[in-house]
Amino acid sequence: MKILVGIKRVVDYQVTVRPAADGKGVETAGVKMSINPFDENALEAAVRLKEAGVATEVLAVAIGSAANQDVLRHALAMGADRALLVETDAVVQPLQTAKIYRALVEREAPQLVMTGKQAIDDDAAETAQMLAALLAWPQATFASSVQISDGKATVVREIDGGQETLQLALPAVISADLRLNEPRFIKLPALMMAKKKLLENIALAELGDTAAPSLTLLNVAEPPPRKAGRILNNVAELVAALRAEKVLP
Amino acid sequence: MSILVIAEIDSHGIKAATRSAITAAGQLGGDVHLLLAGSDLEGIALQAKSIKGLSKILVADAAEYANGIAENLTPLLVKLAPGYSTVLAAATSFGKNLLPRAAALLDAAMVSEVTQIIGERTFVRPIYAGNLNATVTAPAGLALITIRQTVFEAVAETGGDGAVESIAATGDAGKAQFISRELAVSDRPELASAKVVISGGRSLGSKEIFHDTLEPLAAQLGAAIGATRAAVDSGMAPNDAQVGQTGTVIAPDLYIAFGVSGAAQHVGGIKDAKVIVAVNHDAEAPIFKVADYGLVADLFDVVPELSAALKQ
Repeated sequence: MKILVGIKRVVDYQVTVRPAADGKGVETAGVKMSINPFDENALEAAVRLKEAGVATEVLAVAIGSAANQDVLRHALAMGADRALLVETDAVVQPLQTAKIYRALVEREAPQLVMTGKQAIDDDAAETAQMLAALLAWPQATFASSVQISDGKATVVREIDGGQETLQLALPAVISADLRLNEPRFIKLPALMMAKKKLLENIALAELGDTAAPSLTLLNVAEPPPRKAGRILNNVAELVAALRAEKVLP
Repeated sequence: MSILVIAEIDSHGIKAATRSAITAAGQLGGDVHLLLAGSDLEGIALQAKSIKGLSKILVADAAEYANGIAENLTPLLVKLAPGYSTVLAAATSFGKNLLPRAAALLDAAMVSEVTQIIGERTFVRPIYAGNLNATVTAPAGLALITIRQTVFEAVAETGGDGAVESIAATGDAGKAQFISRELAVSDRPELASAKVVISGGRSLGSKEIFHDTLEPLAAQLGAAIGATRAAVDSGMAPNDAQVGQTGTVIAPDLYIAFGVSGAAQHVGGIKDAKVIVAVNHDAEAPIFKVADYGLVADLFDVVPELSAALKQ
């Protein structure tokens, strides 16, 4: 069984993001970029399935500029067998991403596609569901446990107020939540080995028509700041303040 | 044209989040219809009829719609959507799972987790864990939208008189099978909609201490109990207690954080609270930057003192 893992290159989660000077995007000049943390969970799950003998090949794919080679090398070092970069300088939104993945699924014929539940830049949480729809495959989003046997995936999903278990007939799309696993730390020999693995580039146009309705970004701004707070001296002052705010009886 | 709101049903009936979605739909203008898809809906249809703001309730009562399986609900949405300008749901785990699947098949614009409606097709939505707000415009034509329930006040459960209409079911897609659901049983209110939330971080130390410290105060305040990602990851609190952009986003009247440092993704999930209180022994903790009131103190001293003060 082949697993295709979707990877997105995003501003590192530890960076404090700022609006770009023109307010039409986010300042990325000189900012550290990393693999989207949820995609790292998806990749870790796929690599573990290979190590367990359930999967035979793990293919990591990314969409974007040539700069994405860094996150794909990271994926190869984590244990992906090969990587594929769909090159474009355009901003690709979720539905177009799903259409690009569909084209790759048609080329590569994986039995399972895994990706993060959302990217920590646009926080859309849409791509996995859209891809499953386009392929007419079942989906399990926000997965915290994945088991594969007899052509079926048994997935525990994080839902509001608890969790639920679904069984999907493969092929299927699964999106990873943080608690699915703890991604491995990459050691230097793995990084060196990754340089020998195949990283293929494909021009976006080669995949045919992937156009999709897209949102126009008008403005990016910091949310209005909360009014300055006060440090109080003791519990009595706190209770008095909260009663004055009418949030305590 | 009219707007179709997708109802979310649990064991108590229609969730409050759905009534928040109806509020958002009302802001877009036009008639608002509710799609009620599930099984054994008779009582719930009556409940829907009295919800304010609805002109019509479409009832699709069939076994395949039980448990909110997206693979079975999507064909119904795809069939109904072309008659509407907008399909709208709350950005709960149910809505986030379902609407993008339908949007792809309809080849329509999808706008997720909307926090403000500026115009018919212009919306504000948080990005980067709520550290920034993006204003976006969707193209003309059908749009599918999820809204953040905490920023749209729910419409009243009574006072409405929508017309109830049965519609045909679309069958079982046979792709995904529901096995089980385990929901946390608690005497406390639901985290997402509680008026008061108290939460703890990893400094609580253990599952037992976390529970024994926060539970009595929560009972006293009628509060829901939340936790940081670190507290959840170290097993002190259940997964569904996680407050933050990657957990539950909350907007209570009062939020009290005990031993919470204030990571960006946590702050992203609490910043719409009316009053934020932080109790932390570390005066440099980032949580104090967003707190309205701070106490630089040991939470194990503060909790019993607060509890005693509340009894007076």
